[in-house]
Amino acid sequence: MSERPPVTDFATDFDHTDPAWVADPYPIWQDLRERCPVAHTDRYGGAWFPATHAGVTTIAKDTENFTSRAVIMEEGRPGEEALPAPIGVAPPITSDPPFHQLARKVILPAFAPGVINPLEPKIREVCRDLLERFGDDEEVNASWDYARLIPPTVIREMLGFPEEDTERFIEIVHMITESVDNPEEQRIAEFEPIEAYFVQQMEDHMANPRDDLTSYLLNVEIDGQKLAPEHVFGTIVLILVAGIDTTWGAVGASLWHLAHHPEDLARLVNEPDLMPVAVEEFLRFYAPVTMARLVKADMEYLGCPMKEYDWILLGFPAANRDPVVFKDADQFIIDRAENRHVAFGLGIHRCIGSNLARLELRVAIEEFIARYPKFELADPKAVTWAPGQIRGPRQLPVRILP
Amino acid sequence: MKVVIDGELCQGQGRCFSMAPDIFGFDDLGNGVVRGDGTLNPETLDMARLAQANCPEHAILIEGDE
Repeated sequence: MSERPPVTDFATDFDHTDPAWVADPYPIWQDLRERCPVAHTDRYGGAWFPATHAGVTTIAKDTENFTSRAVIMEEGRPGEEALPAPIGVAPPITSDPPFHQLARKVILPAFAPGVINPLEPKIREVCRDLLERFGDDEEVNASWDYARLIPPTVIREMLGFPEEDTERFIEIVHMITESVDNPEEQRIAEFEPIEAYFVQQMEDHMANPRDDLTSYLLNVEIDGQKLAPEHVFGTIVLILVAGIDTTWGAVGASLWHLAHHPEDLARLVNEPDLMPVAVEEFLRFYAPVTMARLVKADMEYLGCPMKEYDWILLGFPAANRDPVVFKDADQFIIDRAENRHVAFGLGIHRCIGSNLARLELRVAIEEFIARYPKFELADPKAVTWAPGQIRGPRQLPVRILP
Repeated sequence: MKVVIDGELCQGQGRCFSMAPDIFGFDDLGNGVVRGDGTLNPETLDMARLAQANCPEHAILIEGDE
């Protein structure tokens, strides 16, 4: 990662990759809510960050004034030529209406609860196998060696890609979501072998269709037309990128919480019926995903002089901590009854994998605490957090207690 | 009293059918649907209110509820 100058004031010079933001963004957001509440920065070619629930939800629902053509905030100001067509590189997340609705309808059925819920036994098996690998270890890395490995195994299985490629998926996701600081030529060069790999997988599925998501995408039709290969390719990229780091972050953050909140851990162990409600509070409190939008045209919006192609950093995790909407917003309340969190976004771009993510999160926690009803942070200073728009612990050594 | 889902507002967040599966189901796209005609008794009313309080899209309406 290239070195950026330290942030002087997050209200006027914010940077979501600044070490202070990466380590603990919540006090920064609270300060911005009180002072701004829309922060600005000249970095990244110019960007805005609404810190309130109202600001985030207003922009998330406003597809008239904001485009999703770029959803990962990158260095430099995207010009018209650098932007993909309204179909986008990874439909439907990078698509705008009206095409968005068509692209979304195509993959919604593949992620509806009727398809996802039956995966529970498989996910449980994946979790148990990973826990089995820990053997009698008294210290385990709950993120790197557990949370990290669950989502790619599940997604690879859904796509029908070879089992031995699990580690490769993780590399791909890292490259795409964490390369914001790499020069464009480097990113393009890094993407070449990945593209070749996906094309090879798609060709194999075309030659040998089977009952998996890749074959589904290759054969599904919009108005009697199959999807263009680049559409299928983009959607597979999207599924990998959106389905792996994100759930890893949510599972990791939840286990991090339980490792230093023994009272919450004991309640979950003793009251398993709490899980569905607890999962929503984990999602609110540790929402991993921040998205981006681009301003469509010069305008005054939320009191800010926005310019065409300014970035918007859309912080769903910040919205989830807004005390105007959530009572005791900065307290984790494991049985919080009223919880309209927006961890999965809002409006037409609601996370398509939310049913899968919620299921993986619940099962991953259930299995971990079933095997380890008591654990604590082995070394709080050893915990590291992912930089960028997907938040979660990377290294999470925990000590297993008797 | 009767519970309804506003199909225009529902985005398939999935909160209603995971929280109150006796009252809500889902369709092929993953959007929430009310089971039966949505008539609530005192028991199901509490669950419907809970689901309403958890819908990020404000898509759940309870007709006749204050």
